[in-house]
Amino acid sequence: MPDLIATLLISLLKAVLVVLALLTTFAYMTLIERRLLGRMQLRPGPNRVGPMGLLQPAADAIKSIFKEDLTVTLADKLVYTLAPIIAIGMALTAFGGIPAGPAGSLFGENPWVYSLDAGILALLALTSMGVYGIFLGGWASGSKYPMLGALRSSAQMISYELGMGLSILGLLMIVGTTSFQGIVGWQAQNGVLLLFQSLGFALFLISSFAEVNRTPFDLPEAEQEIVAGYLTEYSAIKWALFQMAEYVNMITASAVMATLFFGGWKGPQVLNAVIPGMSDWPIVWLVAKIAFFLFLFIWVRGTLPRLRYDQLMRFGWKLILPLALANTVMTAAFLAFRGTGGLWFLGVLSLAGLLALLVMSDRVRVLWNQPTVRRPESEAVRAGGD
Amino acid sequence: MLLVALGIGIVAVLASALLGPKKASRAKLMAYESGNDPEGGGVGIGQRFPVHFYLVAMLFIIFDIETAFFYPLAVAYQKLIPFAFFEAITFVLLLLVGYVYILKKKVLEWA
Repeated sequence: MPDLIATLLISLLKAVLVVLALLTTFAYMTLIERRLLGRMQLRPGPNRVGPMGLLQPAADAIKSIFKEDLTVTLADKLVYTLAPIIAIGMALTAFGGIPAGPAGSLFGENPWVYSLDAGILALLALTSMGVYGIFLGGWASGSKYPMLGALRSSAQMISYELGMGLSILGLLMIVGTTSFQGIVGWQAQNGVLLLFQSLGFALFLISSFAEVNRTPFDLPEAEQEIVAGYLTEYSAIKWALFQMAEYVNMITASAVMATLFFGGWKGPQVLNAVIPGMSDWPIVWLVAKIAFFLFLFIWVRGTLPRLRYDQLMRFGWKLILPLALANTVMTAAFLAFRGTGGLWFLGVLSLAGLLALLVMSDRVRVLWNQPTVRRPESEAVRAGGD
Repeated sequence: MLLVALGIGIVAVLASALLGPKKASRAKLMAYESGNDPEGGGVGIGQRFPVHFYLVAMLFIIFDIETAFFYPLAVAYQKLIPFAFFEAITFVLLLLVGYVYILKKKVLEWA
């Protein structure tokens, strides 16, 4: 019995640690993002509050707590309050399963909060739950812009979730397990999965950009189009919680990509020749990989314009979904007829697929750039336009 | 984990509710709609939306179930080949027929 209580206490402690770490990372992510965007646009970014602007996140947090918390008259009070809590709860929980080192490497404890055999499934399920937070938030605001933003957002997120789920099937076929530890272990022995699944990785990357509502897919919060989407009626800490959920989702997506395709907490084995045991430094490698992906998220935000809504949906359904399916079938066929022997050949195939994706995205742009259905001009006029 | 995560959210909302100023006025509590009261007004009243969203949700359910069927197959794949391959291909082809049908019906268009 004392053992059970000790285990419970330890996992509670780890959960609190992970949550606090994520919140700090989120706070500093906002600062780093603003500074980096500033650098990209040849301006300094926030540098007044504290040295190098390092106290800016603290100032923002304190401000958002002391702001007036308004609930619009027409809003559904309970759901309106519950929605940001759901969003942040699911976002934070999703991160807990990511392993940050081998078993027992965190002062004798396991460096993950919970470990499930169906780790990836749990993660996908939790990200789906995040959609509820956003949609309920938009619906409960009792106003039209949030509702539109929420509808767009949920349609977009569920569409790209398909691409996400399908693009890792090839990976699962190769590895044969859905637990994160198993996948990291496989990669430590056979080389990172990016080599064998580069097409799958590209599709997963695009899908996760859309999944966490980042540019070029940040339609739900397109400020210039529908005010702030589902955030329009939110103020003070509830608004901050939604933002927090978005950034935490971004961190989780980075961690998942690092774990699934880049070897997780294992560093490159080559470096062991330079400093023995270097590839096993716990947490360091995972953090480095997450930082790389976070930088990628910001970099893309500073580079690409937003897609239109219809383009976005066509892109997801007509390019990502069939290609993810094709990647799955290709991997399946390869494994069925060549076995796991010459995996490098699968890597070449994937790379060819990736190149085809790049070429195709230019050639078949017409698939999502131009609507193939045109509303009859006269009908729109008769209805008074829109 | 879930409890701690939800707890953080609840604590934050409570803290803000306790600490923030409370000087609401009628104008402040109006929905954001160019200074007018919303037409129809309120949650779920008089709001109509394009049927596309419904179709997307339906398609998502269908294809997500497909994905759900694929996960066990993918995990156990190496023990079941080559038989599983043909099984899977048959399943994918059946779904592709549906996919081509919705493409031809132009369900995936937002004109």
